[in-house]
Amino acid sequence: MLPFLTTPGLAVPETFDFKDPKGVNAITFKLDAPLEAINGSAGGITGTVSFDPQNPGATTGKIVVASASLTVPNAMQTTHLRGSQWLDVEKNPEITFEAKELKNVKTAGDKTTAEVAGTFGLHGVSKDLTVPVELSYLPDKLGERLGGNQKGDLLVLRCDFAIKRSDFKINQGQMENKVSDTINLTVGIVGASAK
Amino acid sequence: MKSLLRILAAAVLLAAVGLWVARGANRGWTKTNIRHETPDPVTGLTGISYEKGFVPGIDFLGGAALAVGVMAGGSLLVKKKI
Repeated sequence: MLPFLTTPGLAVPETFDFKDPKGVNAITFKLDAPLEAINGSAGGITGTVSFDPQNPGATTGKIVVASASLTVPNAMQTTHLRGSQWLDVEKNPEITFEAKELKNVKTAGDKTTAEVAGTFGLHGVSKDLTVPVELSYLPDKLGERLGGNQKGDLLVLRCDFAIKRSDFKINQGQMENKVSDTINLTVGIVGASAK
Repeated sequence: MKSLLRILAAAVLLAAVGLWVARGANRGWTKTNIRHETPDPVTGLTGISYEKGFVPGIDFLGGAALAVGVMAGGSLLVKKKI
């Protein structure tokens, strides 16, 4: 019955959970304005990605960042960053990226590079973006990473891209000497698929 | 009183600069969240966390310089005892 479900070579996409129990997942941001550079990170990352090692080009998923997890080294600046003048995290608690399609997919071994097209949601504004991404599939590495007997695979997702805060109506046109309009983002996150 | 204010101003200046140098001579803004990076050998990623701390920056030096200026300036307004 249903022999195709067990036929070798017909792999089923795995679902990777990006809520990292080790708390390593982070997205860093850098704003380099003429008078001031601001560096910070966000650690409140969740979401799932569907990835098929036999067909990486079919990858889809959604990554969610808790706005209130954005932190910079100065506590007062962090408060301002999260406040109503800037991110307004009470009204906009999540920053999201929903991947819809991978283009220009190149796979070598367990590493895949591509351009991921999706919708980026920030500060109540959604915008379609296409950004470069690198996916590293690490089969059977879950137990080694967590130091236990868990069976499962890991998917590491790396991505560098830039957005403009004016595109997302974040205090647009204001204080650009101190708070750059361009926000450089570096994503380095891992998801786990337990078996 | 005049001498006391000047000595106090010099002491504040020395203490502020000394603290700033001792905590790494940070030329950015004062940091109250200290960033720590933890490598994850399996994935090659680097975890980032913050803990409470204090690394004085140029705004701290500026505040100290202002206080020193007020004290030193105030000392000029104090009349000498005759």
